[in-house]
This record gives sequence, structure tokens and C-alpha cells, in this order.
Amino acid sequence: MKSIKKYLGIVWLLLAPIIIYLLIQGALDNINLAGKKDINNPVIWIIIIAIFTPIAVGLMIFGWYAFKNEYSHLPESSKEIED
Amino acid sequence: MKQAPQKIWKVITASSVGTMIEWYDFYIFGMLAKTISIQFFPEGNPTAALLSTLAVFAAGFIVRPFGALFFGRLGDLIGRKYTFLLTLVLMGGSTFLIGFVPGYKTIGMAAPALVLILRLIQGLALGGEYGGAATYVAEHAPENKRGLYTSWIQTTATLGLFVALTVILLVKLNMSDIDFNAEWGGWRYPFWISILLVLISIYIRLKMKESPLFIKLKEEKKTSLNPLKESFSNKNNFKMVLLALFGAVMGQGVIWYTGQFYAQNFLETKCNIEFEQSRTILLWAIAFATPFFIFFGWLSDKIGRKWIMLLGMLLGILTFRPIFGTFLKNSSTQNLVIIAENPVLQTTSFLFPDSITTTKTKVVFNNGMGAVQLKSDTTSSLDFVDSNIPQSRSAIIYTDKQLSNSMYWKFVGLVFLLIFYVTMAYGPIAAFLVELFPTKIRYTSMSLPYHIGNGVFGGMVPFIGLLLTTTFPSDPLVGLWYPIGIAALCFVIGLIYLQNKIDKNVND
Repeated sequence: MKSIKKYLGIVWLLLAPIIIYLLIQGALDNINLAGKKDINNPVIWIIIIAIFTPIAVGLMIFGWYAFKNEYSHLPESSKEIED
Repeated sequence: MKQAPQKIWKVITASSVGTMIEWYDFYIFGMLAKTISIQFFPEGNPTAALLSTLAVFAAGFIVRPFGALFFGRLGDLIGRKYTFLLTLVLMGGSTFLIGFVPGYKTIGMAAPALVLILRLIQGLALGGEYGGAATYVAEHAPENKRGLYTSWIQTTATLGLFVALTVILLVKLNMSDIDFNAEWGGWRYPFWISILLVLISIYIRLKMKESPLFIKLKEEKKTSLNPLKESFSNKNNFKMVLLALFGAVMGQGVIWYTGQFYAQNFLETKCNIEFEQSRTILLWAIAFATPFFIFFGWLSDKIGRKWIMLLGMLLGILTFRPIFGTFLKNSSTQNLVIIAENPVLQTTSFLFPDSITTTKTKVVFNNGMGAVQLKSDTTSSLDFVDSNIPQSRSAIIYTDKQLSNSMYWKFVGLVFLLIFYVTMAYGPIAAFLVELFPTKIRYTSMSLPYHIGNGVFGGMVPFIGLLLTTTFPSDPLVGLWYPIGIAALCFVIGLIYLQNKIDKNVND
């Protein structure tokens, strides 16, 4: 289990840039100032990309921590967290 | 943390009623979005359209997580009680005031600008409320009943939806559409009603005491000086924030949103079921499913939180497409025979070179389903010239479908299943989050992943659904791949990285 946790970390690390790429590609494909749907609206895409980029970076950090075996042992008490 | 039974129920009631009212306030705006956009955000005005977009998207996606950070920090600095009292006042006040903003016709651009500001305050307040309420109840609860007691907080989002649906339905059924949608019409009543609910809740909450664990920390001068820094720059805590988000709340958020909002929207817009039935189906399903929040909260105290939450996600992953496929199939008019019809209106319009005759007919099919048939016959005068015979093209659509009694209850059962999954994924999650973080930064640390999971991942369900439907138009269920994919990712992360251990001591 420890090595599954570790090597899946690489998957999470790689997944994050893929998500950002798909979002940017989705924006480029669908933004249309003449369109009336939500997916044609550039403001919505800007909000979504702005809010999802830090989340995707969070997923990368999660993957990095997993790869560094940070999740092989979860804290038993708050003392372990605060240390 | 032992409390007298009477006192703990006061704590639960004071917290749950206020949180439910906040959800009610947040939902009525979304449910009345169509009327609100007519009154405040008229079509054809690009500035109003921009403000409308911000009101819908920024309030959920940006302001909710920001509210979680702002009020979470405040809750860890000055205490739980005054912070979630403040969020209640802000939410109730802004909701009440939305009901008093004159329409665009009367005050022009000031109307959408005011509504946007009030909507952003709503989002901010909601971001701060949940973490406070869940923390407050959990810090009063004994270790073997933390899941049970916090599950009452978990019922509030669904009950807020229930109350919002009921109030809107009652107001709408007691007046004409014209009276409801007028500038000072019935759509404002749900906003005004909010102030009564909020005043009652403020009165109850004012009488409550601060969380005993927070008082203890304060007396020992151990409260956090900088909760944001301690939550997110301390690696040991930050990695737990990430685990909470990607291993639990992200999946729970999409299961929640799909089971309640997406389902109702799907019944109304894809299955074309009429307004009243599409809402009462959801109301019945919520009424039957809500007790299961308490049941799974209780069960999580016995067997742990992890497997219950993950099973809720797994059931959603496996059955979303079959369930929504059944909605489509059973509301389809294909292969049905009309056994009764009653024409109600016929209009003809001319748009050179075409003349379009629209016939509105109430019909009943052989399976007992009723509907309104809209038939348009287009006759082109150019076609007539070309061939000497008038060329007529017909198009028939069915709207306002009324399901037969047996089919209605079948749909109630299926929506019940969707909300049942919500109760599994969502019921134990407050206790799970509380146990993950230390007291002095608990409010901040649990609020952010909760609102990213629910506000951002859950709130994206309709947008990504529309994106997928536009990209792959041949599959009417393609929009479900987003919640299924997110829930599946979260399921795998939760399965591998989460522990099923119940933290006995949350006093530290």
C-alpha cells in the first residue's frame, strides 16, 4: 500500500497540468462573443480558470507529498500536526 | 466533552436552524434566477449581462471560498459563536434587502449593481457559516456521538432547499404568473419572509454560549495568532487540507449537486416535465431521504466515516447514467399513442416568405402521461410559387408533461435514490472534517476544502455539463461524465489515502 500511495503521487502530479490545459483549450474553443450560452462567455472562463488553477496546483502539491511518502502515516493527534 | 442532553439539543437546534436559514437564503436567489434576471439584468445590456454573470458565478466560485477563509480566520481568533452570528446577520440582511431593490426599469443600472453587491455578501456569509456551525456542534458533542450530532448540521443544506422550494411553490400557486413576475410581485415574498426566520435564529443564537473547547484554549492563551498561516503554511496541516479536499469533499460536492440541483433541472429541461411536478418530485424525495443523514451520521460513530462516504460516491458513479437514462426513457413520447386531445389555442404569424401556424393542444397518451403539444406548420409562399403546390413543414414538440401517477412515484423513488447517495457522502463529513484538524485552526482549515468541494466542484456541474453536451451533442447524458469522473477520482484517492479511524480526542 505504501508504494501504491507513493507512485500514484506521480499520477496526481501529472493530472493537474492536464486539467489546466483542458480548461484553457475549452476556453479557446468555446469563447464566442456572439454566442449566448454560458460556455461562450469569456468572463465565466476567466473566473473558472482563475479559481481552478490554484486548485490544480494544490493537486500537484498533493501528488508531490504523496510521492514523498508524506501520507504513509497520517497524524494520530493534533500535536503531530502542530510540530 | 460531556453535555447535559437538554443542553446539547439546544446547541444543535441553535446551530442547525441558523444554518438551514442561510441555505434557504442562498437558494431562493438561484431558484428565482429567471425572474431576477428579467427584473434586474435585462437582455441586450452588456453591462447588466456582465453583472449577472458575476452574480451567478463569482458568488459561488470565488466569494464562498474567500468567505471560508475570512470568517474561518475570525472564528479561530474571536470564537465560533460571534462569527457564525455575524454570518447569519449578513446573510439575512442581504437577502431581505434584495427583496427591496427596485427593478432596472425604475432605477436603471443601480439595480443590478446593488443586487450583485448583496449577492456577493450572501456568498461571503455562506462561506463562513458552515464551518462555524459544524465546529460548534462537534466541540459540544461526546466522542461517541460526534457523527450523530453533527449530522443535524448536514441536514440543513437539503432542508434549506426543501423550505425554499416549498415557499416558492406556495407563493407561485396562489397567484397568476403575471402577479408573481411583476416588478413588486410575488417573487419578492420569499426574500421578505427570510427576515422573520433570521430574527428568530439570531435570538436563539444570542442565548448560546461559546464553544467550551475554544473557551479552554482562550483561557490557556493557546488560540492561534495567525490561523491562515498556521493552516496553510504548516506542511503537516496543509497536507491534511489537501487530503480532505481531494479524498472526500470534492466527490461529495458533485454527488450532492447532481442528486439535488442537476436532477431537478434535468427533469424540467431535458424531460420537459411541468413546473409543479418537477418540484414536488424533489420535495417528496427530500422528505423521504432526509432522515438518512441522521442515520449515516449515527452509523459513522459505530463503523467509521470513510466507508460510508466512499460507498455513497461509488453508488453515484455506478448508477447516475442508468437513473438519468430512465428519466429520459420514461418521459419520452416516442412510440406512444395519443388517446385524447383538446386544442386550446391556435395562432398564425407571417414572416415572409413563411406563414407559421402554431397549435397548442392538451393531449393524453396511452400510458396515462399528459402533455402540451405545440405543433407548428410552416407554409412557404416561395415553395408554392416553385411547385404550384403549397409546401408545408410540421414540427411537433411536447412540453409541460404530466406523468401518470405510477410513473410520478417511480420518479420520486429514483430521485430519492440520488439523495440517498447524498446522505451517505454528506452525512458523516462534518465529523470527518472536524476530527482532521486541531481546535485552534479548525474553523479555518475545514471551511476552505468544504467550500471548494461544494461551491467550486459542485457548482461546476451545470457548466461542465453544458460544455460536454455542446462538444458531444449525440449523447444526452454526456454531462454526467463530469460528476462521475470527479467522484471516481475522489473515490480512488479516498480509498487509498484516507483512514477509517474515529478520532476520540478533538479537544487538542
